[in-house]
Amino acid sequence: MTKEWTPRIVAFFCNWCTYTAADLAGVSRMKYAANTRTIRLMCSGRVDPQFILEAFARGADGVLIGGCHPNDCHYGEGNYKMLRRFALLQRMLQDLGIGEERLRLEWISAAEGEKVKSVINDMVKKITALGPLDLPGKCADWDRELTELAPAVEPAPVESEVTHA
Amino acid sequence: MPKPKVAFYWCASCGGCEETVVDLAEDILGVVEKVDIVLWPVAMDFKYKDVGAMADQSIFATLLNGAIRSTEQEAMAHLLRRKSRYLIAYGSCACTGGIPGLANQFPREQILKFNYEDAPSVVNEAKTRPQLVFEEDGRRPHLPELHHVVRSLDQVVAVDYYIPGCPPTPKLTLAAVAALLDGRLPPKGSVLAPDIALCEECPRRDSKPTDLSFTEFKRPHQKLLDPDQCFLTQGVVCMGPATRQGCEAQCIAGNMPCTGCFGGTDRVKDQGAKLLSSLCSNLGPKEEAGINQVLAGIPDPVGTFYRYGLARSLLRRKVDL
Repeated sequence: MTKEWTPRIVAFFCNWCTYTAADLAGVSRMKYAANTRTIRLMCSGRVDPQFILEAFARGADGVLIGGCHPNDCHYGEGNYKMLRRFALLQRMLQDLGIGEERLRLEWISAAEGEKVKSVINDMVKKITALGPLDLPGKCADWDRELTELAPAVEPAPVESEVTHA
Repeated sequence: MPKPKVAFYWCASCGGCEETVVDLAEDILGVVEKVDIVLWPVAMDFKYKDVGAMADQSIFATLLNGAIRSTEQEAMAHLLRRKSRYLIAYGSCACTGGIPGLANQFPREQILKFNYEDAPSVVNEAKTRPQLVFEEDGRRPHLPELHHVVRSLDQVVAVDYYIPGCPPTPKLTLAAVAALLDGRLPPKGSVLAPDIALCEECPRRDSKPTDLSFTEFKRPHQKLLDPDQCFLTQGVVCMGPATRQGCEAQCIAGNMPCTGCFGGTDRVKDQGAKLLSSLCSNLGPKEEAGINQVLAGIPDPVGTFYRYGLARSLLRRKVDL
């Protein structure tokens, strides 16, 4: 790869607030880092922790979740569910070597286009400083031992077996 | 017609899976009548070279238990794959890495150093470690090398069927062997256990409320457990909602919560993430301080949610080792 590395961030935005805010940022012609791949979900409560782990496993350097402010959830409680999962997930990811800055949760209302811009720019800056996570590359490194260690086992010559005659 | 050949083999495991085969008790006689056992290191004396000399695919089925974490286990997995028509991952370790998979949180050097030098029960002043090759009395014995990463069987070779459990029950084992011998086989890659969560067959199912609201978590040794109430209503982490059934809720009958050894159902990609999601959604508090206070009752999320499945989870391993 000759191109210089920049972070890839998967952003899960809720339909009612943060995605609308990102839209607003767009129609307001705000400029912000182009490192996010946005996925629109109906609610931040729909963000299954499996989505987050899979994003990392497939090569994301960071995951950003955007939802409605507390008390503003379109469905009443969805953002609280996300907040609770986020707390334990962030701790668990840290135990597994994925630092807390790589997973971020932000409340961004439909009117806060400016906040979309500042949060994304800030996250890109922090993850750029951290460097790539590159889990697919790490998995390939880990599995190299399957081909590299194997030839080290010489089969013991049959005759060397202990006989009990 | 010659009897079909069957092999049992063990890799990184505790021996509990072998115990299940023994627990078949007199039913094992019915199995032995129908098959020829060609390899079973725990119980019978066969040489690997005998297996090597067999024609490819000449073993009808191999039940392999244990995770793969050494070059010898890896080589045996490849050998048995080549010699067997059906290779079956038997038990949690072969299916998803099992308890040995938790070693994926630590570097190999740390594991070796603890076991050969630092463990309180070890006396090894010379700090001797096993060598891969050494000379003794004119012989050159070889030892296998430990992998850096613990793997499930299907991360090393193709697997035809999975029989989960730590250990699998004799009943599931007999049913699987009977299905194999009668040729009543589901599509390849199937798990030979029901594809539905444990709660469905749990005897405490009726005491599980539709709305849970956790205000604290207790580990089983921190609390006197009501033998009739759903563990979740008692604030005890039970993996039942995210775990495949088939064990007949034996741990629950012993008044212990499910720890997840059967793995997730077919639709689940990551059992640990699923239970984390379900538990956390049902926390009582709505602000950060209160949430963290309740979650302090789960001090080791990796060991809790991935007790048997870390090696086969989406992340597989602590990523910065």
